[in-house]
Amino acid sequence: MSAAHTDSPPALVVDNLRKTYRNGVEALKGVSLTVQPGDFFALLGPNGAGKSTLIGILSSLVNSTGGDARVFGVSVNRQRSEAMKLIGLVPQEINFNQFEKPFDICINEAGFYGIPRKLAAERAEKYLKELRLWDKAFQQAREMSGGMKRRLMIARAMMNEPRLLILDEPTAGVDIEIRRSMWHFITGINAAGTTVILTTHYLEEAESLCRNIAIIDHGTIIENTSMKRLLATLDVETFVLDLTATPAELPTVAGISLHRTDERTLEAEMARKQDLNTLFTALTNSGITVHSMRTKTNRLEELFVRLVEHGRREPGRERVA
Amino acid sequence: MIRSTNLVALYTVARREIVRILRIWTQTLIPPIITMTLYFIIFGKLIGSRIGKIEGDFSYMQYIVPGLVMMSIINNSYMNISSSFYGAKFQRSVEEMLVAPMANWAILSGYVIGAVARGLVVGALVLLVALFFTSLQVAHPLIALAAVTLGAIIFALAGFINAVFATKFDDIALVPTFVITPLTYLGGVFYSINMLGEPWRAISHANPILYMVNAFRYGILGISDVSVGGAFVVMLAFIAGLTMAALQLLRRGVGLRS
Repeated sequence: MSAAHTDSPPALVVDNLRKTYRNGVEALKGVSLTVQPGDFFALLGPNGAGKSTLIGILSSLVNSTGGDARVFGVSVNRQRSEAMKLIGLVPQEINFNQFEKPFDICINEAGFYGIPRKLAAERAEKYLKELRLWDKAFQQAREMSGGMKRRLMIARAMMNEPRLLILDEPTAGVDIEIRRSMWHFITGINAAGTTVILTTHYLEEAESLCRNIAIIDHGTIIENTSMKRLLATLDVETFVLDLTATPAELPTVAGISLHRTDERTLEAEMARKQDLNTLFTALTNSGITVHSMRTKTNRLEELFVRLVEHGRREPGRERVA
Repeated sequence: MIRSTNLVALYTVARREIVRILRIWTQTLIPPIITMTLYFIIFGKLIGSRIGKIEGDFSYMQYIVPGLVMMSIINNSYMNISSSFYGAKFQRSVEEMLVAPMANWAILSGYVIGAVARGLVVGALVLLVALFFTSLQVAHPLIALAAVTLGAIIFALAGFINAVFATKFDDIALVPTFVITPLTYLGGVFYSINMLGEPWRAISHANPILYMVNAFRYGILGISDVSVGGAFVVMLAFIAGLTMAALQLLRRGVGLRS
């Protein structure tokens, strides 16, 4: 967090937010969380957990049925217009007029925020260039690829230069190269002081980008802590070892569970505090040569699955660190 | 100069609407000209020549021109706003405005300005076409202008409300087909209600389009079946009622926010 934000109110305070839809579905059951200024915050959860409802309320597309949210101290319920000036939203679904040109889409978006046309044109050029869309700026948006459309929504969300940028699965269905360029852009604006809230199903994305995390399931926050602290709770790790030859026999190593998944592949499940030398010594003594090694699953993914499954066994449990 | 957020937003919506009308001019401006030209040829020239004078010294062609101009204005302002706003809902681009700090009145006014602009441009083009078929002297230009403007606003507001409630494209075609078209044909476009017997003449007074057509006809020809002052009161009352209804729908987020 930058020093400039020390005296600022939190970027976002969600206070006992509730939403029950007309069909009786209780999408949010009293959600509370806080995001500090300058944070890069992950909001994770399985499909239907309540992420989009929460984002919908923050962006005023969904009316809450209880509680409130404050953006830099400004109430979304009571001071909607002032709160919206502080937020930029990149929604999950493509939601611009595909018959318009990207430049016009950006200019119009700025106009909706009261930004004069001349300044809007400067910003549109700046952000379309930064997101490598300038060469498409004056073609119809429908002619762009899926990845370009997603980048256009980021450029559009930047037109009011928000203090809080909310990205709802911005990289869904985007190839890795474009995804990386989007990460680069988003980390850049975060470094420049913009608070970022990210929802994603790519958990390695959340792990590598975000400093703090909340996991929501069935309309309840089941975890809210720092990424570092959360990952530290993972006490067991599984490694996949590719061997140069088929082993005749597997060694027995205290505290490490070894099993073969195919002729030349082993999986070793071990406590995180245990050193790898013990494993390699045992393998070397057994005449087994390791060609390469990798972790079996993304660490955050493993934790996410555990937390969600655990939360479902204990409905209504809420843990906020 | 400090520029108000809402004024810039209003300008943006209105400009976008007008750009849209011009971008698809073959769909927005040309078809009504063709339709009205056919009306002038068939009703004005072919049938009208056998009708003779109506309401004094006016040829039937002269008599129906104000009605047909108002009819094209009503239809085009209604269709413009209902298709554009429902299209924005369908593509979800309406969310661009809903998440912005702009006020509901700015959204509504921007769309209404776009619809009125299309209505008035089409009306002017229809009037120009009419001059190929007959001569017209504008009796009261300001009253004529006020009548078409208020008529366009009324049907723009009605089209907006239709689009708010619409959940599929069929829904924005229902009202023009089953409500506006019958009311237009029965609203004194082609005849004077003085030609009707009771109770049809009295019933005709319940048709809001009658007041618009006659206010405009008074502005162009100087004749009207109804009190012109009364017609403006009716139109202003409709505008007030429809504006309040549209703003209330936006405030509650009906069809727009969950």
